[in-house]
Parts: sequence; C-alpha cells; structure tokens
Amino acid sequence: MPGNPSGTLPPRTATRRAAGPAPGRRGASGSAPRRRGNGLFVLASLLPALVLFAVFMVVPTLNVFRMSFYTWSGFSPDMRFVGLDNFTALLDDAQFVRAFQNTVALLVVVTVVTMGTGLFLAAVMTRQRLRGRSLYRFVLYVPSVLSVVVIAAIFSAVFDQENGLINGTLQALSLDGLRQVWLGDQDLVLWSVAIAMVWQSLGYYMVLYMAGMASIPEDVYEASALDGASPVRQFFAITLPLIWQNLRTTLTFFVMSAVNLSFVLVRAMTGGGPDGSSEVLLSYMYKQAYTNSSYGYGMAIGVVIFAFSFLVSLLVSRATRREPLQF
Amino acid sequence: MTTITSAARPRPGRALTYVLVIAIALAIAVPVAWVLLASLKGKSEFYGSPWTLPEGLHLQNYVDAFVTARMGHYFLTSVLVTVLGLVFVVAVSVPAAYVVARYEFRGRGLVEVALLAGLFVNVNYIVVPIFLMLVGWDRALVDVFPGGFFIDNPAVLSLVYAATSIPFTVYLLAAYFRSIPVDFEEAAALDGASRFQIMTRVMLPMARPALTTVLLFNFLAYWNDYIIALTLLPGEGKTLQVGLLNLMTAQKAAADYGRLYAGMVIVIVPVLIFYALIQRRLIEGMASGGVKG
Repeated sequence: MPGNPSGTLPPRTATRRAAGPAPGRRGASGSAPRRRGNGLFVLASLLPALVLFAVFMVVPTLNVFRMSFYTWSGFSPDMRFVGLDNFTALLDDAQFVRAFQNTVALLVVVTVVTMGTGLFLAAVMTRQRLRGRSLYRFVLYVPSVLSVVVIAAIFSAVFDQENGLINGTLQALSLDGLRQVWLGDQDLVLWSVAIAMVWQSLGYYMVLYMAGMASIPEDVYEASALDGASPVRQFFAITLPLIWQNLRTTLTFFVMSAVNLSFVLVRAMTGGGPDGSSEVLLSYMYKQAYTNSSYGYGMAIGVVIFAFSFLVSLLVSRATRREPLQF
Repeated sequence: MTTITSAARPRPGRALTYVLVIAIALAIAVPVAWVLLASLKGKSEFYGSPWTLPEGLHLQNYVDAFVTARMGHYFLTSVLVTVLGLVFVVAVSVPAAYVVARYEFRGRGLVEVALLAGLFVNVNYIVVPIFLMLVGWDRALVDVFPGGFFIDNPAVLSLVYAATSIPFTVYLLAAYFRSIPVDFEEAAALDGASRFQIMTRVMLPMARPALTTVLLFNFLAYWNDYIIALTLLPGEGKTLQVGLLNLMTAQKAAADYGRLYAGMVIVIVPVLIFYALIQRRLIEGMASGGVKG
C-alpha cells in the first residue's frame, strides 16, 4: 500500500524527521562539496532503476491500453487495428458479464465481512487487554505470510468433497445431509472462494487497524468511561471517528487488492470453474490473453478492470469523506 | 482505566468477546495445523474421520514430495530467484532513492510522480504483456540464442520481480533517507568522502531499519508469487509455488493426498519459521508505512 494515512498512524519516519535538527529536504546547494559532477552521479544512480521501471512496468502498462484496440493472437504476425470492437464485443460476452458480477459480489461481501470482523478484533485487542493477545495476533497474521497457492491448497483440502476437513467432519458426526460439493457446486463455489479470501486478509487488516487505534490517546477513553460510556459506545463514538482516515485508506486499497486476490486465488483454487461460475475479471483476462491467445481482447478486459477499480476507489473515497478529527 | 470500569460492573459481553476471538483464532489455526498433521498420514488414513491423529510418522510422503515431485529442486530455484531479486532491487533502488531524497535535478518531480503512479500498477495486469515482450525479444535474438534467453530464465524472472517492486522500495527508502539529518553527510564530505562513499558508507548503514522492512516485504512478495513465475518459467525449472500448484492438479487426478500435504508443509514451514523470527519487525514495519498487499 502506498504509505499510511498521515495523521492517524505515527510512522517511525515522521518521528525521526521531527526529531532531527535539520528537517526537510536538502538539495545539493546546501553543501558545498557536492557542487561539481552532480549531474553524472545523479544520472548513474537513477538510470538503472529508471530503465528497469520503464521497461518492465511503464511499457507493459502502455501496451495494455494500446493493444486493447487491436486483434492479435499474441504470436502470429497478423495484428489488426479494430478500434473499439473489443469493447463492444465485451457487452455481448456472457462469460465476461458473469466474471464482472462475481468480482463485484466478492468485492462487496469480502470487504464488508473482513472490515467488520477486522475492526471488531482490533478494538477488542487494543481496548480489552485480552490475555494472550500477542498469541492471537501471531495466529491471525499467519495467513498474511502464506502464499496464495498454499492458501488455495489448504482450502482445497478443507473443502475436499470426500475427505476434506468439513465434509469429513460432517460425516464423522453423521450429518451426511449437510455435506456439500463446496468447490463443484455452481451456487456455492463463489462463497467458498469468499471464505478463503476473508481467511487470508483478516489478520492483515486487523493489524492495520490496531496500529491506528494504538495512536488514540488513553485519556479520551478514560474521560468517556468516567461519563459512563460502555465499550460498545466508546467504539462507535471515539474509536471509529478517530481512525476514520485510516479506514478510508484501507477501503480504497481494499478494492484494488480484492480484485487481485480474487484472481490469484481463483486461478489456483478453482481455475474459474465449474463452468465459469467462479471466474473473476482478472482470471478471465488472463485466460483470454494467455491461454486463449486473444491478446487484444484480453487487454480490453484489462482496461475495463483498471477503469472499474479506479472508479470504485474514487467513489468510495468521495462517499466516505469527512472532516478529519483531531485528538 | 478500563480496569476500573470492568471492576465497577461485570460485563457479560466480555465472555462472549473471548469466545468470538478464540473461535476466529481457531478457524485460522486449525486448517494449517490439520495440514501439518495430515502430511504424516499413510494412504489409508485419509479416509474416515479427518480428526484422527496420524498413526505413525509416515515420512514417505516427504520423500515422494522432495524427490518424485521434484519439490527439492524447485526449492533451490525459489531460493535462487528470491535472493537474486533482492540483490537486484536493493542495488538499483538504494542509489535512486538516495538521489531522489537528497539531490536537486531537472525532472525530479516527474521521476517522483512516475514512481508514485507505479505503486498503483499491479503486476497481475501486466504479466501477459511482459511475457509477450520477452517472447518477442527471444524471437529477435534467435540467431544469438537459438534456445531462447529471456523466457525460462530464472535471472530474468528475478529482474522482473525487482523491477515491479522498485516503486514501493524507492518510496520507502527515500522517505527514510529524508528523515536522516543532513549533518552526517556534510561531516563526511568535509572529511573527503566521495558522493558514492557517502551514500554507501554513511547513509546506507543509517537506513538499516528501512532497508530491513523493504527486504522483508520484498522477500515475501518474491517467495510467495506464482503468477509471474508460472508465466515466465513455463518449462522444467519451476519455483516452489508453481511446483505446489502442479501437485494440486496432480492430486485432483490421482487422489494422492500424502504427497500434496507434504509438499504444502515444505512450502509453509520455512515461511512460518521466518515469520516467527521476525514477527515484531514485520508488523511494526507494516504499521510504520511499509505496507504492501
């Protein structure tokens, strides 16, 4: 994530900057010995990073936009400019529409559940002084260091039709009627993916919110406790407003990361199946551009995803704007 | 002061809170622990209740995973790719971050804006364009390298990893460099240190906390990636994550759970040990702005 919402979290860097005797940026003008030959040193220092950045990030990104106006298999020399044809074709593509719906559904469900639970856990951990909370924090953050393939593998095992953790347990309890084909049922598979996504990101957001909450001064709570405010009341009247900026940033960030996480997870866990019922936007793009060799078409999907996540982030950011509160 | 409140009136909510937190923690811990245990089970033990403990240490699963499924080999590829990637990214980002933080030059604003924008470009969008670009280079150089050079080359994969994490790395390091008072550099310059020496001998050691954060997050990103590795290394030389993905596909066909679970443990355990060792640092780094999804 690009930095933290300054003001809510006190970054180590900010404290150091404030503590330093001479804050602020310093140019070469401040120190005499750096006057000669600066240009060469600057160039030599910047060039490797800029070249790598340009070749492997800027050019491919521009290519996504450019190639969305072409039909090209990706390998043949036959490349044709077709204007907006790729985009109009998308509207009639039932699989694309389904992938779009799935992405939006996952975005909404996973965001609401993860943020709600994350906030609850963070508030409990910071305010309630639970015994063994560093252990809880350790456990809850574990999924954030695991790879998506591992998580997909774990959940494939948990959801396994015959001997998985869930179905096996149900069978052992003689509740065979409740057994489901978690990853093979068109109506269920998206929920199974959603569960894995929440499982993966919960601890990460909890730790983020804990950091925000830790910076709220204790005396605010003390004063309200003397006034008889319950912990629940304190949460809604103090904690939530004071970490609002923190929350906004994570929400915006959430949109982008959920689009990506759903892809990597779906790709490894279900491959979009059964019959496209768990396909999400990025996995459909990858499938078209890489597996199906409809490169231009895939890039048009990429442009739509990009525009979509940008718009949603913008809307979310607008809708949640409040006057920043000070404490 | 919460102690006073809780002493003043006992809360029934507190018990419920405990139950909820413990339930969530268990929901996270149990599947991981279950996989760790199941990796020791023999073939017949996978049928029936999933809650039975393994009857013995069925280590054959690990032999299968390491040797037959080539996970040992993939492990080495992953180590190589990750280490190389970290070396690349530090080698190019430290000078760039230092210059952006400390020097005035034409186009600095542009460089900063471009890198900031780069923070928002996720690699999942551009992995196929990168792949086709590399394929194109291979085709252009077919006379020099008939077997191809850029695709299926772990070093190129490392380079792509490094390139895609330059924005994040430079952003974090530059912010830290700016926080260091300029007096140290002035003193070093008076003592006759060159610009390069000031950067490597004076500033780099002082930026160690930021450097550690950057290394931690980039390590996790490189080690855990599979989309880029899957796309850029389509041949035999796979990384650990792609190897595990193959094991998953194979298991679906052959129902060979033991080998898959052992393979998962081989992937999980190093990261868990790493996490346990640097837990505090990782979470602090995240809270202090070194946050990456």
